[in-house]
Amino acid sequence: MATITMNNQQLEVTNEMTILEAAKAHNINIPTLCHYPDLAINSDCRICVVEIEGKRMLPTSCSTPVQDGMVIYTNSPRVLQARKTITELMLSSHDANCTACTRNMRCELQTLSKNLGIDINRFEPTYKDLPIDDNNPSLVRNMNRCIKCGRCVDVCKTVQGVHVLERMGRSNEMMIAPAFNQSLNNLICTYCGQCANVCPVGAIMEKDDTDLVWENLHNPKKRTLVQVAPAVRVAIGESFHSLDDTVPIGKLVSALKHLGFDEVYDTNFTADLTIMEEGNELIYRIQNDDVLPMMTSCCPGWINYVEQHHSDILKHISSCKSPQQMFGALAKNYYKEQENLNKEDIFVVSIMPCTAKKYEAKREEFTDQYDNPDVDVVLTTRELEKMFRQMGVDFDQLDNRDFDEPFGMTSGAAQLFGASGGVMEAALRTVTEVLSGKPLKSLDFSAVRGMDGIKEASFNLKGQEIKVAVSHSLSNAEQLIQGIKDGTSPYTFIEIMACPGGCIGGGGQPYGTDSASRLKRMETTYRVDLEKDIRKSHDNPAIKTLYDNYLQKPLSELSHHLLHTRYYPR
Amino acid sequence: MNLQKILEKHAFQKDHLIEILIDLQNEKTYKFVTEEEVSLIADALKVPVSHVCGVMSFYTLLSFDERGKYIIQVCKDVPCYLNDDFNVLTTIEKALDISCGDTSKDQFFTLEQTACLGCCDEAPAMRINNKVYTKLTKAKVLRILEEYKEGILC
Ligand code: SF4
Ligand code: SF4
Ligand code: SF4
Ligand code: FES
Repeated sequence: MATITMNNQQLEVTNEMTILEAAKAHNINIPTLCHYPDLAINSDCRICVVEIEGKRMLPTSCSTPVQDGMVIYTNSPRVLQARKTITELMLSSHDANCTACTRNMRCELQTLSKNLGIDINRFEPTYKDLPIDDNNPSLVRNMNRCIKCGRCVDVCKTVQGVHVLERMGRSNEMMIAPAFNQSLNNLICTYCGQCANVCPVGAIMEKDDTDLVWENLHNPKKRTLVQVAPAVRVAIGESFHSLDDTVPIGKLVSALKHLGFDEVYDTNFTADLTIMEEGNELIYRIQNDDVLPMMTSCCPGWINYVEQHHSDILKHISSCKSPQQMFGALAKNYYKEQENLNKEDIFVVSIMPCTAKKYEAKREEFTDQYDNPDVDVVLTTRELEKMFRQMGVDFDQLDNRDFDEPFGMTSGAAQLFGASGGVMEAALRTVTEVLSGKPLKSLDFSAVRGMDGIKEASFNLKGQEIKVAVSHSLSNAEQLIQGIKDGTSPYTFIEIMACPGGCIGGGGQPYGTDSASRLKRMETTYRVDLEKDIRKSHDNPAIKTLYDNYLQKPLSELSHHLLHTRYYPR
Repeated sequence: MNLQKILEKHAFQKDHLIEILIDLQNEKTYKFVTEEEVSLIADALKVPVSHVCGVMSFYTLLSFDERGKYIIQVCKDVPCYLNDDFNVLTTIEKALDISCGDTSKDQFFTLEQTACLGCCDEAPAMRINNKVYTKLTKAKVLRILEEYKEGILC
């Protein structure tokens, strides 16, 4: 323990703490910008400076450890003046057109400037009119707004291990950019969007497709269908206080109807369908000595990564489309036939926690020969938030409604897709029951739950030992991939999600996503599962009906045609 | 020595990246590295291309552009700026009739700015290839340039 004096207050703190942590623990607020929970400490921005008696300079509190007897001032005139100057310098090199920025009123730089009471900038503006990088379907980079905090570099390099972004150049000319200053493209970037999620300002954002959705909602010729991913419902409440942290699914359905969607469907339905197809693919691979371990295919961030960096293991990837694309295929084929419509009459919107899904929907494999995509537009959780704001949706005034049929009835297993380990658990519930022919005693496969980077479990399946592994954050996937490459992988089935915590921590989720919010979303996920009457995908009667009336059986010719796909080296 | 030999000389070690880039550059008359070479080096050392680009862009010593036989680098940090009533950079720009960042038509000189040369106590300073010249005056700068042209200095 150490005793320090902070703002004339004596505090007992542990020796390992930084000044910032010590302050936080005692409810003393020190502003930060480059510092982000879960990421390395870079001390790039210097906004967190404090004054320490006996020290000539103002050290950064985020990186300076406490010492016994330290006398610290977090808000002396010198500190405040330094913070103001730093902020003014940042503002002078920043295109601060706040009223015309997505981050308006939820921008960390703006908040800082407000809290410090900046009312004049003594410095000349220095930002250059840099071109905006928006050549891809997922993300937009506007470096005129970048404050060079380095969070995006860190998350891309250490959490994702992809290392697309880097600090280029030095001093005031330093810029964040991919190699050779190229635009983000599908050869280098997975479009996971983690960079956009941690950016404190509006410098990296998802490509905004909300206008396109409004247009189609008001086009009388279009039947508008929307599907909502499992991870969205456990997070969007954070952005609307009236939704609290209770699962606002019924109100979410109401709100979507309110926006004008004709049919509100559940991606959880096609998550159940994915389990039927993927589970049976796994059983087929086991029984026919086919390529194992099989790896999951629901995450387009992961698919991008493996196509870019590890094309020699593509045969390990399940041929199943992701739930989003299975829904698109059903909408533009099955639903179209049932409703006697043309494909052009149907407009399919997905609400996803994910920016990579925007790219996925644009893949050639998911577009017919007349350029009609199975999924027309993908919106992130944040874009949906924006549409609710534009519409002035008041959740307090909304009633609870159910999803529409036939894609509305879902199992608890499907909800698990949102959390790391969830696809594995959902698949195990089905595969073990189908293979053993006996009902499971316990449905909870707790070994694959939680936030460990790599989770392992083994099961006895009809006398055979089956090992499985789960990883999230792409940097963690690497170890499992190497095992496959050098032939030492002991696993039968591997689940990989690109984002930390799985889709609940997706790049399109509300701002401020950190380990605490991911954990909360994970807990909600398991609660939703527990509250469901049906908790196994193969018990979902609506899925049974779909097979009986249309698809016939898992892996049938029609299933293969509509629900499976291929991957290509890049 | 080609790239492969340079990589072998450094035993494909990641932490020799800067030396590899310098060796490669010094091999060439016009002292530059191509984007293709950067990608090859990244693959060979198993580091991301963005990392190699980051290093390339950090050190003014390294360049993607073809440069002259003699690379003049003028210190742009504060002590060098404050130290005299003449400006080293504009003096050279005028004398060689090129702007900062350019190479003379005969590919003899390239003029660049660089971060601190570590000679603040003898400012202003500049470096030509590997030699550092300090306590510069206008006359001294012009004389040094002449001596390079005449081959007295090299
Ligand atoms: S989207 Fe993901 S892979 Fe691409 S730059 Fe951002 S963090 Fe890196
Ligand atoms: S793009 Fe955003 S996260 Fe990246 S350095 Fe700039 S401000 Fe920081
Ligand atoms: S983990 Fe989920 S949110 Fe992240 S890239 Fe994959 S599918 Fe998208
Ligand atoms: S928050 Fe401490 S230096 Fe940026």
